[in-house]
Amino acid sequence: MWLKFEQRPEPSKTMSYLSPLLAVALMFLSGLILFLVLGKSPVEGFKVFFLNPIKDSYGIAELFLKATPLMLCAVGLSVGFKANVWNIGAEGQLLIGALVGGGLALHFDGSTSPFLLPGMIVAGALGGMAWAAIPAFLRTRFNANEILTSLMLVYIAELVVSWLVHGPWKDPDGFNFPQTKLLSAKATLPILLEGTRVNAALLLGIGALLVGWIFMNKSFLGYQMKVAGQAEHAGRYAGFSAKRSVWIGMLAGGAMAGIAGISEVSGPIGQITEHISPGYGFAAMIVAFVGRLSPIGIFFSSLLMALLYMGGEQAQQYLNLPSSISKVFQGMLLFFLLGSDVFINFRLRLVRRRK
Amino acid sequence: MGLNFISSILFATVVAGTPLIIVALGELVTEKAGVLNLGAEGTMSVGAVAAFAVAHHTGNPFLGILAGMGAGILMSLLFGISALTLMANQVASGLALSIFGVGLSAFIGKPYESVALASVEPIRIPLLHKIPLFGPALFEQQGLVYFSWVLIVLVAWFLYRTKAGLVLRAVGESPVSAHSIGYGVVKIRYQAVLFGGAMAGIGGAFMSVFYTPMWVEGMVAGRGWIALSLVVFATWRPARVMIGAYLFGGCMIAQMFVQGSGVRINIPAQALSAMPYAATVLVLVLISRNRSTIRLNSPASLGQTFLPDA
Amino acid sequence: MKTRNLALATLAGAVLCSTALTAAEPVKVGFVYVSPVGDAGWTYQHDLGRKQMEAALKGQVTTKFIENVPEGADAERIIRQLAQDGNQIIFTTSFGYMNPTEKVSKTFPKVTFFHATGYKSGANMGIYNARFYEGRYLNGVIAGKMSKTNVAGYVAAFPIPEVVMGINAFARGMKSVNPKAEVRVIWVNSWFDPGKEREAAMTLIAQGADMITHHTDSTAVVQAAEEKHKEKGTWAFSYHSDMAKYGPTAQLSGTTHVWGEFYIRTIKEVLDKKWKGTNVWGGMKEGMIQLAPMSKSVPADLQKQIVKLEGEIKTGKLHPFAGPVVDQEGKERVAKGKNMSDSDMNAMNYYVQGVASAFPKN
Repeated sequence: MWLKFEQRPEPSKTMSYLSPLLAVALMFLSGLILFLVLGKSPVEGFKVFFLNPIKDSYGIAELFLKATPLMLCAVGLSVGFKANVWNIGAEGQLLIGALVGGGLALHFDGSTSPFLLPGMIVAGALGGMAWAAIPAFLRTRFNANEILTSLMLVYIAELVVSWLVHGPWKDPDGFNFPQTKLLSAKATLPILLEGTRVNAALLLGIGALLVGWIFMNKSFLGYQMKVAGQAEHAGRYAGFSAKRSVWIGMLAGGAMAGIAGISEVSGPIGQITEHISPGYGFAAMIVAFVGRLSPIGIFFSSLLMALLYMGGEQAQQYLNLPSSISKVFQGMLLFFLLGSDVFINFRLRLVRRRK
Repeated sequence: MGLNFISSILFATVVAGTPLIIVALGELVTEKAGVLNLGAEGTMSVGAVAAFAVAHHTGNPFLGILAGMGAGILMSLLFGISALTLMANQVASGLALSIFGVGLSAFIGKPYESVALASVEPIRIPLLHKIPLFGPALFEQQGLVYFSWVLIVLVAWFLYRTKAGLVLRAVGESPVSAHSIGYGVVKIRYQAVLFGGAMAGIGGAFMSVFYTPMWVEGMVAGRGWIALSLVVFATWRPARVMIGAYLFGGCMIAQMFVQGSGVRINIPAQALSAMPYAATVLVLVLISRNRSTIRLNSPASLGQTFLPDA
Repeated sequence: MKTRNLALATLAGAVLCSTALTAAEPVKVGFVYVSPVGDAGWTYQHDLGRKQMEAALKGQVTTKFIENVPEGADAERIIRQLAQDGNQIIFTTSFGYMNPTEKVSKTFPKVTFFHATGYKSGANMGIYNARFYEGRYLNGVIAGKMSKTNVAGYVAAFPIPEVVMGINAFARGMKSVNPKAEVRVIWVNSWFDPGKEREAAMTLIAQGADMITHHTDSTAVVQAAEEKHKEKGTWAFSYHSDMAKYGPTAQLSGTTHVWGEFYIRTIKEVLDKKWKGTNVWGGMKEGMIQLAPMSKSVPADLQKQIVKLEGEIKTGKLHPFAGPVVDQEGKERVAKGKNMSDSDMNAMNYYVQGVASAFPKN
């Protein structure tokens, strides 16, 4: 007797909703075991890691602040992922978006125009799109694998940021330190809740989720993208070229990542430095998958992911654990999700071993 | 600029290219079986810390290599369970492995950050290592450098001269037909994935026990990803992996030599550092441009999940 | 039971701390570190300082540190949380924490903040840094005297003034005793990448440098020199920490950061309510910079000379950037008879004569 996976006649709807919950539950469970193994009280560990960060309104505001760039990047990436376009360079697109949008603010430094801030956000989106257009072009024109080119461009983007803040864009009154001027008040995103740092970028994030939902569920283009992702042949039958889904997928990812970048610069950071993103572009891939590539799911998974980051900080402060525990949890979460996803298309059957 | 100078460039290039060769060859075999495992960075990190820990406790660098290899196998087993047994998306599984591995290595490596490891004497081939120019680069190296060369030959021989290699390639080309003539696709893919993990683990071991030698969080510093792009760079040909790895290592070393020579050039350091990455993109484009070169070598089913009963 | 404990604690506190009678409970002091503490390097030295301070002010303070805090948007949350948790004094030890520290300091006026290496201060925010270049100069003198190839190699992270100052001071020290000396620099564009740091060191050694030092955060450069010592006679100068453990033969000396005394002094001032906004830039005189013990490979007469020069730096008789200071292009930056001002040093973006490499033009 042994267990065997048997394909379901059609994918289970129930399981596709249950599977992320199952993954989260499994992550919590292994978290408890991990705390036990490390000689910490699991209850205490759970409390510190998952509840402490959001014990007051400031903490909750921080959670949304941290979730915003993840949400933005993930919803953009999900468009491409649905069509099997593997943009793994959102981190680089985020950085270039931050540069272009931030550059605009620096160029018009001191401007009080009400168009400055919207202009910066558009510029950020365009910057991200431009950076994403490179792998899209190389893929559609030269057939170069976008996974690798978009990744290489992350390293190059980091170096471009480094060059600008060490060189031409360095704050002239900043004692040669590698950072630009602080952005003026007019170039800074308004705070939503007094006394916290949560700002208008959250609204952009939620807006992006809405647009993403409409695009994927209500537009014909979105439908074509989905079909193209499920089977390339079917996509071709539907009159949809693979090239188009590459372009749309990459540009959507780039635009959103670019907005995420400029939101960080004109939000909590307030200037361009070498430390704009602690890897949001990469973490957003987990967010996208855990959120089922759907906007509603991404909303919740970005909050969960933000909680994992903040929990790591807490674990270091109150449990004496290295903050890298966050990444362990993030990796586990994605593994468990991928594992439980098998039940969407398959069910387990007890079968007799063949002779 | 004498002979000595060129000789040291060659030497340093070979050293810098070695972990890339070992990891990329492992990934090449994995990909030839039709599996895309993006987890090399994480696997290398865990391999590096495991190797360092064991080498430190036993004082034996060879046991360190074995530990790195074992850790790499365990890591890739995780990937296998996810992508092969549970048939999850390979790209996502690989990413999960990378994130998890980098985090895990930092986590378990904490106590080893303050530990020094004696550097290991290179293996000198008598007489030959005295040859000017090439001697030190080719004949006065760590054991794993020689291993990387042997590995190239072995992988090439295995893939193109043995029946098992033929089957492995068949599985990568068309898992459905391989399955229908009775080959265990999942089993063969597992073996390929585990081999890839073992090599990534050894690559990590080279970094922490022989190259630096130390363990610190983040020390793999993107080399796992570079190894992945080398496989494409090499159009899935073992010998070309070596060329790519040395080109890449050479790029890094060359820009340092230019800086260190005291020759005054006014290029931002960032531009020099970006060179290897830009070169990889360029080569990818050059190779991929011609669809036939890609199609000839790229495994047709790469990255696609195989459903045994579909 | 509880009251008795409290009473005991109060009693113990009163006995232990004669100065801060009001503080029955120890004052909480928080530290924010940019990297893991590890075994050597920038953060390790700050942590040594923290431990030294904690031991010296036993009973008066308790300390807590958070390591590996990224210099982006997350820093503000972590600094804020330390303040909220009741830490009365908070040290943030990396340049990137400047703006977050300033922001948090305005929300918590009763907490005193100290930021290392920045330039913004406030009513409850002080600045501190050390004159690393003083140690560099003396290291350069040793290198100039002992080098056989007249070439020193310098592995550096980023061309910010603090790093450039160190390179220039080293070159001036070297040149002061060896007119033929030159310093070559390799930028690795990373504070921390042991693989690259090692490659850079090996490259410099291969190109004839027999004196090696670094302004990066790992021990890789000293280890590389140790490895090449037998074959090439390479010597090393450590930075941040004394790395003799990693280069038992090759390390001649080094420039070591010592924060403990500063932490003790400052915290006492704050506790006694005597602190009023300071910008401390301390050097050898204040004990914030020390030479790593010279190895026995440094000849006795040279050791004597160095000790003498060290004394002169402490009294102010010797200034590493005393005029004339001439840059690479031959332009005079400081006239004879003058010392370079602190603000000019902090804006240094050129190499002095004696540095062979080109200044990275950004």
